[in-house]
Amino acid sequence: MSTLSTQINPRSDVFQANEAAMLGEVNKLRELTAAIAEGGGEKARARHESRGKLYVRDRIDHLIDEGSPFLEFSALAAHHVYDSEVPAAGVITGIGRVSGVECVIVANDATVKGGTYFPLTVKKHLRAQEIARKHRLPCIYLVDSGGAFLPRQDEVFPDRDHFGRIFYNQATMSAEGIPQIAVVMGSCTAGGAYVPAMADESIIVKEQGTIFLGGPPLVKAATGESISAEDLGGADVHAKVSGVADHYAENDAHALQLARACVSRLNWQKRGQLAMQPPRPPKLDPSELYGIVGTDLKKPYDVREVIGRIVDGSDFDEFKRYYGDTLVTGFAHIHGYPVGIVANNGVLFSESAVKGAHFIELCAQRKIPLVFLQNITGFMVGSKYEHEGIAKHGAKLVTAVACANVPKYTVLIGGSFGAGNYGMCGRAYDPNLLFMWPNARISVMGGEQAAGVLSQVKREQYEREGQEWSKEDEEAFKKPTRDQYEHQGHPYYASARLWDDGVIDPMQTRDVLGLSLAAAMNAEVKETRFGVFRM
Amino acid sequence: MTFTPTKFDTLLVANRGEIACRVMRTARRMGLKTVAVYSDADATARHVREADEAVRLGPAAARESYLSVDAVIEAAQRTGTGAIHPGYGFLSENGTFVKALEQAGITFVGPPASAIAAMGDKSAAKARMANAGVPLVPGYHGDDQGDALLRSEADKIGYPVMLKASAGGGGKGMRVVESGEGFQAALDGCRRESKAAFGDDRMLIEKYLVQPRHVEVQVFCDRYGNGVYLFERDCSVQRRHQKVIEEAPAPGMTPELRAAMGDAAVRAAQEIGYVDAGTVEFLLDSSPGQDGAFYFMEMNTRLQVEHPVTEMITGQDLVEWQLRVAMGEPLPCRQDELTITGHSFEARIYAEDPEQDFLPATGLLTRFALDLEGAGLGADQVRLDSGVESGDTVSMHYDPMLAKLIVHGVDRDAALATLNRALAALDVQGVVTNRAFLQRLANHPGFKNVELDTRFIERNEATLFAPRQFSTEDYASAALIGLHQLAQECESDSPWGRHDGFRLNAPHTIRIALCDPASAQAADNDSAVVVVEGKRATLDTQWQLTIGNSTLTASLQPLEGDAVAVTLNGHRRRLQAYKDGHVVVMAEPSGEIRLFWRRIDAIDHGHHEAESTLTAPMNGTVVALLVEPGAQVEKGMPLMVMEAMKMEHTMTAPADGSVETFHFQAGDTVGQGDVLLDFAPSE
Repeated sequence: MSTLSTQINPRSDVFQANEAAMLGEVNKLRELTAAIAEGGGEKARARHESRGKLYVRDRIDHLIDEGSPFLEFSALAAHHVYDSEVPAAGVITGIGRVSGVECVIVANDATVKGGTYFPLTVKKHLRAQEIARKHRLPCIYLVDSGGAFLPRQDEVFPDRDHFGRIFYNQATMSAEGIPQIAVVMGSCTAGGAYVPAMADESIIVKEQGTIFLGGPPLVKAATGESISAEDLGGADVHAKVSGVADHYAENDAHALQLARACVSRLNWQKRGQLAMQPPRPPKLDPSELYGIVGTDLKKPYDVREVIGRIVDGSDFDEFKRYYGDTLVTGFAHIHGYPVGIVANNGVLFSESAVKGAHFIELCAQRKIPLVFLQNITGFMVGSKYEHEGIAKHGAKLVTAVACANVPKYTVLIGGSFGAGNYGMCGRAYDPNLLFMWPNARISVMGGEQAAGVLSQVKREQYEREGQEWSKEDEEAFKKPTRDQYEHQGHPYYASARLWDDGVIDPMQTRDVLGLSLAAAMNAEVKETRFGVFRM
Repeated sequence: MTFTPTKFDTLLVANRGEIACRVMRTARRMGLKTVAVYSDADATARHVREADEAVRLGPAAARESYLSVDAVIEAAQRTGTGAIHPGYGFLSENGTFVKALEQAGITFVGPPASAIAAMGDKSAAKARMANAGVPLVPGYHGDDQGDALLRSEADKIGYPVMLKASAGGGGKGMRVVESGEGFQAALDGCRRESKAAFGDDRMLIEKYLVQPRHVEVQVFCDRYGNGVYLFERDCSVQRRHQKVIEEAPAPGMTPELRAAMGDAAVRAAQEIGYVDAGTVEFLLDSSPGQDGAFYFMEMNTRLQVEHPVTEMITGQDLVEWQLRVAMGEPLPCRQDELTITGHSFEARIYAEDPEQDFLPATGLLTRFALDLEGAGLGADQVRLDSGVESGDTVSMHYDPMLAKLIVHGVDRDAALATLNRALAALDVQGVVTNRAFLQRLANHPGFKNVELDTRFIERNEATLFAPRQFSTEDYASAALIGLHQLAQECESDSPWGRHDGFRLNAPHTIRIALCDPASAQAADNDSAVVVVEGKRATLDTQWQLTIGNSTLTASLQPLEGDAVAVTLNGHRRRLQAYKDGHVVVMAEPSGEIRLFWRRIDAIDHGHHEAESTLTAPMNGTVVALLVEPGAQVEKGMPLMVMEAMKMEHTMTAPADGSVETFHFQAGDTVGQGDVLLDFAPSE
């Protein structure tokens, strides 16, 4: 193993400026995260708790093992998307350890619009289930939801990846042997009733949980029968009469204890196996990441400075160090788990793409998980490169990334533009998890480039028509495009729409990856079969 | 009988625990080979490990091992032992044993059988003491043991009276009777305990002094008619007649009183032809106007548990004296060569839970250490006489005393300050001890001010047993220690097992709940629980702890052993601290704090039906069933007696009702948690 060393001077002006800028972004992220963690706000929370119910985040604290990490997904979901805010899209999802088993937790926040499902609520719920399936993690649903948000039923109900998919996933995951546990801590109305009904085991809280296909108003309208929610589908009904629920809880805390007990009875065994090493912290100081990376995507730095602050002991065995050196590839360990790292160190050339494909083949053959550190403006353009066949070389990398059947994790640590996104395992390539740093940007190309392309077309049009186009006019033309790209390429914009699984503090990258890799070890690492590589 | 001095080169110690270790320490220093004996329960005990050789005596029960005269003599013969030291308890005051040794030609390190017999029968002893001019407490010491006669004698002396086993000692078979009504029940209980402990149930009765101090004089006699006293010890601080903290010299003694008591003690010993170390116990009446009146109580014809305080102030090794005298040498010192230097305390460390009525505790001692260096104490200031080490098991079979912590200082105040520091430096894990209680005693203003009498603990019950009030700093320290421990318990193979409270884009967060261990088992104890929320930044070691409305900046630095430095809002303190199961224990010279650590949701949601079974509080033996199954009993009535750790425990009716079934008979062994009987409460 060779240990990375650093060329960084933490006293330099550049470093200090970078650090201040990144810290500013991280602080914004922390503040936003804290605000979102308040859910529907103080009043809604007080009302919720006055009924003897625990706040959703307290429920999760009760559920997970003492001191267990909680790796939350997409806290920024639905941020600035709808007319009024729907913090975290009204559902908290993440991985937490319950009775020693890593589980995906999906917990409705009833203080946010009564826990109803907005389009992004559905997307977030389904994404959590997808993560569970991919990592083979038991699912625990803490249900407290009024069901679909009716005004947006067209974006919630009918399509393949809409509400119904939740239950499809429960059935098919159960079929795969992935346990489904539901805790009914509030309403479970209409479609929502299927969450506990489709679960392997379900728990219901006395005088809080209700399950029915049609609530009292609907029953009254349909049949004239007048009945209270509790008598229609409360805990006593379902635990003692209908058998829809299996366990009867006195209150929220008790229900979560019962859920912990459920998990303890799963006879859960992990299937993944990696040749581990004892975990070691990096030798290089992770707190220097801010000052190295900064927020200006145009300022280059050696990506090894980042790798050295994420991997165990800052040990990194590089593969093809001197070939295609705009892509850095090599072996390392994160929290003891072996990984293959693929990291951008400049624009992609044919050699870098081929090197990347070769390295990914190695990892797939050895069943070593892959970590992609994305900071890519794209593939090199120009006649020289087109003629040497950069398209087919890029295709090799994309094929390798798409087909590699090992756990894949992608972190956008800078720019993510164009085909570079594909070659570096963007969202479309199904990484197990994908995270963004707050300085990252994602779009089909850079805002400047897009504005340049559009203004070039416009200029040609003016020139055909023999008209003048002043520099000022051109700038005015380019500005909206630049602004649009900046706005839509921002991590919050991306994360709000679930193009990723969350924006993360760079300093926590190592822990996030370690927790992710450890969770992935619940599933078997499968054989890979690659498609045709165009030679 | 003429005495032929016999040199010996091998010493067998017919005892266990700290005293066996202590005796062997001196013996080895004197060049003797040491032989330990052991029961099955003690096969790997510390005294066995430290001996040159060791011989098995028999099963765990003392009657079949440490009390078996034949087994001990056989062990001595197998190992070519020339002399036997009996320690205290067990065979130390057993005349039969001493005679058997004489016949076997083995030297007994102790007094002649005749002296033991003279003092062993307390009633006869008093008569002889009266002859020798030693002052006595009024009482009945007669042979007639009829219930009615004993009762009328008690009435004659006037209550309160003390009932004592004639053959007894060490608090077994002893009871105070406040009035005639309780006399018969007390008599029955005493006889039962006495029979079990000494195989003899004869009783004596004495006037019970209301404000007596227990002051005893250490005497020593050789075989040539020499006798000296090594001054006195004050053992007034007693709980149920068990000494807790002893000291020497007795505070407030005048040279005249000391000489008077010393002379009386030597006279008492010489009256019965005593040889070896002996202790003459007196009651010193400390009630106003009575200063200086002392009464002979009894003489213990053995080395006392608390002998080290005498060694600390005289600079003498009493075991060495014993061995020299047994070898036929004269006393090493004359009376005028003995002096008192400074002051000494001894605190007895028992495996018992002061929070649960001193219920004896058993189990694995995961750690047993004294961090002298950390406490800044020198080896000349502190001595730990221990029968156990880390990794030893405390069993139900014998006395729960684990060790004695002995300190020395230039005067009483200095010695007491050292005692407090040393108690805080004691690190015992796995088995609960009385340390917190000892600290409360040693820190008690009444104790500091020498307001001593044998009812000290009873008198100060309110302050000694007051529920501990915990401060925000206590909770913060406990939380910090628990969090540190939690982080140590991490699994190496997964970051999920790190218990570090990782949260994304937010401080690491852990919430825990703390409460008084006494209320930990209460069914719904939300009000007694304090929730502590800890937050810290990634890569930071400093926690922000929120407790109610206070937020404290807190950090912990592990020091050597279990010592830690806890810094709260910039105030750094050193503690002995650890998490023992669910209980966070923190010790400082001012006292011990125990807080129960639990998950925030760990509230018992089970059904709270009336108790219908009674379970054994610890391992032990059933002594007697007191009611017939089916018979109607009232709440609180005794149903069954069991014995464990040489103490009786009575199971009482949890409600009005009747016993449906007893699951055990008298003599059966029961394990902790075994259901003893089914109880049917009446509707």
